[in-house]
Amino acid sequence: MRKLDYTTIFFILMGSFLFFFVLIPIVNLIVSANPEVLLSNLQDQEVVSALFLSIYCALAATIIALLCGVPLAYLLARDDFWGKGFVESVIDVPLVIPHTVTGIILLLVFNPGGIFGAPLSHIGLTFNDAIPGIIVAMLFASSPFVVNSSREGFESVDPRMEKVARTLGSGSLKTFFIITLPLALRNVVVGSIMCWARAISEFGAIVILAYYPTTAPILIYRRFVDFGLTESIPVAVLLISVCLILFLIVRLLISGWKTYDKD
Amino acid sequence: MIKIENLCRDWNEFQIDHVNLDIKTGEYFVILGPSGSGKTLLLELIAGIWQVDSGDIYMDGENVTWTPLEKRGVGFVYQNYMLFPHKTVFENIAFGLNMRKVDKKEVKERVDNMMKLLSIDHLAHRLPRTLSGGEQQRTALARALIINPRVLLMDEPLSALDRKTRDGLTHEMKELHQKFNITMIHVTHNFDEALSLADRIAIMKEGKISQVGDTTEIFRHPKDKFVADFVGVENIIKGVASKYREKLTVIDTENISIYTTEQIVGPVHVTVRPEDIILSNKKVETSARNVFEGKITEISDNGAIIKLTIDVGEPIIVFLTRQSFIDMELNIGSHVWTYFKATAVHAF
Repeated sequence: MRKLDYTTIFFILMGSFLFFFVLIPIVNLIVSANPEVLLSNLQDQEVVSALFLSIYCALAATIIALLCGVPLAYLLARDDFWGKGFVESVIDVPLVIPHTVTGIILLLVFNPGGIFGAPLSHIGLTFNDAIPGIIVAMLFASSPFVVNSSREGFESVDPRMEKVARTLGSGSLKTFFIITLPLALRNVVVGSIMCWARAISEFGAIVILAYYPTTAPILIYRRFVDFGLTESIPVAVLLISVCLILFLIVRLLISGWKTYDKD
Repeated sequence: MIKIENLCRDWNEFQIDHVNLDIKTGEYFVILGPSGSGKTLLLELIAGIWQVDSGDIYMDGENVTWTPLEKRGVGFVYQNYMLFPHKTVFENIAFGLNMRKVDKKEVKERVDNMMKLLSIDHLAHRLPRTLSGGEQQRTALARALIINPRVLLMDEPLSALDRKTRDGLTHEMKELHQKFNITMIHVTHNFDEALSLADRIAIMKEGKISQVGDTTEIFRHPKDKFVADFVGVENIIKGVASKYREKLTVIDTENISIYTTEQIVGPVHVTVRPEDIILSNKKVETSARNVFEGKITEISDNGAIIKLTIDVGEPIIVFLTRQSFIDMELNIGSHVWTYFKATAVHAF
C-alpha cells in the first residue's frame, strides 16, 4: 500500500470528525425508530397529509423557481449588464439570512394589508396560514439553488455553438430550447431537485408565515413540543427519508448523467 | 458579391477600424493576420454575430447590416467546429434543413448526399465526441454547406488539425470550393494555408486591413514592413509540380525547373529560404540538385548582411555576409551560380 505522508493523515483525521459528526446522528435517528411505530405513523392521516403537503408545496415552489430562475440564470451567464453584481447578490441573500427573518420579511409584504398581499387578496389569494403562504416561503428560501446551478450549466455551453445554430436558421429563443437548454439540462435538473429538497425542509419561514396548514417540519416541531422526543422521531425519520431519496437521485444524476463532451 | 464599407465596431479593449473589402462571387478570400489582429471578430461581424457601430455590409447587392444572423444566409465554421454534442453527425448536418422545415424525405436525401461528398457517410449515427478532428471538421463543413449559404465563413478551420490531416483537408477544401462554386472567406494566421487556398488575400493588423491583393502581389510586393515580416518569405515562385522519379518532384515555373523531395502534384507555390542558397562565382561540383546561373539585378545593404537579387529566370534572393560579399567582388550584372538542395525546397 502507498505510504501516506503525515499531512494527509492529519487532514484525514480532522476531516473525518466532520464527516462522522454529520453521519452518526442521521444513522442514529433512523436506527432508533421502531419499524412498527413508523408503519402506524404512515397510517396516521395527520402525518401523511403533512408529508404530502410539504412535497406538493415544495414542488409548486420549485416549478415557479424554474420558470423565473432559468431565464434569469441564462441572462446572468450570457450578458454583462450594469448592476449585474447587485442582481447576483440579491439572488443569494436568502441563503445568508435567518429563515425566521425570511418569515418576517414575507409576512410584512404578504399580509392582507402588505404591498403584495393587498392586491393579491383582491383576486382571492391569501397567504397567512394558507397554502400560498407556504409556497412563497419555500420559494424565497430555495430559489437560489435553481438560479445558481442553472447558471453554471449555461456557462458551460459555448456561446459560439448558439451562434452557429443561429447562422443555420434557428431563431434565438428556439436555439435556447433546442441547443442550450438540452446541454445545460443536467445542471438545471440538479438545481431543481436541490431546490425541491430544501423547500421540503423549510421550517423557519413557514412557522411565521403559515403555521397552518401543517407541513411536515411543523408537525415534527409540534409533536416534539407537545409530546416529547419519542413522538417526534417517527415523523422525522419519514421526512428525512423523503429528503434523502431526493438527494440520492441528485447524486446519481450527477455521476451518471451522460455528458456529451466527455467519455 | 460581398461588399464591406467602413465597418467599425468598438469593444473597448479592441476595435475593428474602418474595414473596406470587396469580395467577388465565387472567390476564395483569405484574411491573414497574426493572432489578436481581429480577424475572427471581423468574420463574426460579417456573419452578424455582433452588431456594427457604423458601416455597411452588402451581400449580393442587399444591405444586410441589420439583418439578424439567422436570416443572413451565411455558413459559419469555427476553429473548434462547434458541433452540437447532443446530436449525431446526421442530425448536425440536417439541422439547417430542419430549421427551414424541409420535407423529411428531402432532408435525408440531401444529408446523405452531402455526407457522401465529404466521405463521412459511415459516421452518420456517431456523436461528435467520438470523431477525429478531421471528421469533425468535415461534419462542420457539411453542416454549413447544406444550407447553400451565400458565403461560407471559416475561422481558422484547419489549425486544430495535425499536419497530415490538414494537408488533406486543404486540398479537399479547394475542391469543395470549385464543386459548390461558393464564395468563401477563410481566416487564418498560417500563410501556407493562405497561399495554397486563396484567390486573394487581405492582410489584417490591429483591426485594420493593411493590404489586399492576389497571392503573388502580397508576397512579392508587401506594402509595408509589417506585411513583409508577417508573410516572412523571400523566395516564392509559382509553378506546376509533377513526379520526376521516386522521392523527387520537379516544379516547372515555365522559366526554370526546380526539384524538391516533397511529394506533390499540380499547381503549387515554392519557397526557398535565402540562407539555404549557396552562391559562387564559378560552377562547382556539389550534391545540390538545383543549380542555376544568373545575373545580379539588385544589391541591398542591410548592414552585416547583404541581400542580393539574382535573376536565374525567376528572381531569387540570397543573403551574404558582408565579408563574403567583399571577397567575391560582386556587382550588379555579375554572373553567379546559385545552388540549393532539393530538401531545402518547400512546395505547397
